[in-house]
Amino acid sequence: MLTLDQVEVQRSGRTVLTIPHLTVREGRLLAVVGPNGAGKSTLLLTLAHLLEPVSGQLLYRGQLVKQRDILAYRRRLGLAFQKPLLLSGSVLNNAATGLALRGMARTARRERALHWLERFGVAHLSQRSAHQLSGGESQRVSLARALATDPEVLLLDEPFAGLDAPTRERLLDDFQRMLADVDLTVVLVTHDPEEALVLADQMIVLWDGQIRQAGPPATIFSAPVDAEVATFVGVETIVNGQVVAARDGQVTIAVNDLHLDAVADLDVGRDVLFCIRPEDLTLWTAEELPTSSARNQLPGTIRRLSSRGPLVNVVVDCGFSITAQITRASAEEMALALGQRVVITFKASAVHLIAR
Amino acid sequence: MELIGEGIAEALRLLLNLDPEVLDITFLSLRLSGLATLLSLFFGLPLGTLLALGQFPTRRLWLSLINTGMGLPPVVVGLGVSILLWRSGPLGRLGLIYTPAAIILAQVIIAAPIVIGLTAAALQQLDPQLRLQLLGLGASRWQMIVLLWREARLPLLAALMAGFGAVISEVGAVIMVGGNLKGHTRVLTTAIVLETGRGEFALAIALGVILLLLTFAINFTLTSIQQRSVRR
Repeated sequence: MLTLDQVEVQRSGRTVLTIPHLTVREGRLLAVVGPNGAGKSTLLLTLAHLLEPVSGQLLYRGQLVKQRDILAYRRRLGLAFQKPLLLSGSVLNNAATGLALRGMARTARRERALHWLERFGVAHLSQRSAHQLSGGESQRVSLARALATDPEVLLLDEPFAGLDAPTRERLLDDFQRMLADVDLTVVLVTHDPEEALVLADQMIVLWDGQIRQAGPPATIFSAPVDAEVATFVGVETIVNGQVVAARDGQVTIAVNDLHLDAVADLDVGRDVLFCIRPEDLTLWTAEELPTSSARNQLPGTIRRLSSRGPLVNVVVDCGFSITAQITRASAEEMALALGQRVVITFKASAVHLIAR
Repeated sequence: MELIGEGIAEALRLLLNLDPEVLDITFLSLRLSGLATLLSLFFGLPLGTLLALGQFPTRRLWLSLINTGMGLPPVVVGLGVSILLWRSGPLGRLGLIYTPAAIILAQVIIAAPIVIGLTAAALQQLDPQLRLQLLGLGASRWQMIVLLWREARLPLLAALMAGFGAVISEVGAVIMVGGNLKGHTRVLTTAIVLETGRGEFALAIALGVILLLLTFAINFTLTSIQQRSVRR
């Protein structure tokens, strides 16, 4: 639906975005993730033709978006930023702004705006001043305003960031439900990979203005291309290793003095990064270790316990530091404490190796 | 004290009797300053917008010049306009010196930088992302500018008040280019100067009171409009 081809964008004379090729597929949600300053918002503004690339092309349904077509092109889009950027006046008038700009009659546009305010659960606030709303309510109005024009493509720049956790969760739920009901192409910029995992069909990881990895979110989460992407998508354990044995699609990796099994097709002698996600690890107290199919069993000592809401991260020294994630309830049941001896187990298939 | 009391009594008498000369002077003041303010707005709003939103290499230089212009000494403006319109000056053949048009020209030169500068400041204080949001909602460039003006209407009204306040109370430049000719270019401020010089303090105070009331009435109206916007 949208294609960027050989696009380079500069700001203050510095190249901030280089996209050899990017296609946003119709009816799909593409998440653009990356750290601050990676060029995510620049990419979104380029797609909205609000930033002019120094080279390259923006294509809409295969057609070049020309200078004289920009207004018509933008009127096919919906746009919402992290800040709701509501105008002074009533909530209803705000939701109807895009329709008013398109010259729609007053009654019709108020009806349509009200419908979308209803979809986002804020119709009861329609007569209230937009500047009297809470952050969550404002963002709902902003999304209703973006969708009221019935856009073909919805461009969202971190609309769920900056909200408190419960408000964000509720809005995400409503947004997901809304997406299921409409046939919409969405580009969602977010610094939160979990958000991408929940919402997106496709995902690109931007780093220093370039696409570092593209693919379905689950693939990027389980098989990041490098250590930076791995860290960004929540892989907590990344250590250097070397393939010391390989047989039938299974390899043995030497990490320090330990030998670990992984499913991979790599040659012996190859240097690798050994990556494993914290939720793929199982933690046992030394006494209770069962017989299991997990190929890897590492005894170690708990070095750190840190709380992450309902979860607890447990850093275990097994010869190298490895981080497991368990629920708070499990941690309490197991009476975990610093210095305690434990065993970590994981399957060979849970390991992701990045060849160096 | 007696002098002030007499002045206020004289002011009331002149107002209540609708003294034709005082009314003429008052209406001329209002007409010239009102027109000068509107012309300043006509030029100032687009130029201030250009300075706030435009991206061109000399933008900062122009902003500095305009900010300097906001404090332009009116006497210097009077001198410049006098030289320009003087019979032997570059625009002398237009015959504008000592006419209401000359006063308006001087007043526009005084008020325009104020309107331009305050317009630019008003628009620059809006969130820069708002422009992108409006364009992203499908606004044309012109629609975006109108919506930005609407969002900045409080400081824009303040700019209008400041511009009007500067010209209605201006005397130096007005006397220099208007000549204070009775029934022709005599306005409230120049009449006050004249009557004070002649020792007619009561009349001068009366005119001063009228000037104050007039300024208050107009600013009160504009402030009411401004504050109504705040409540919305």
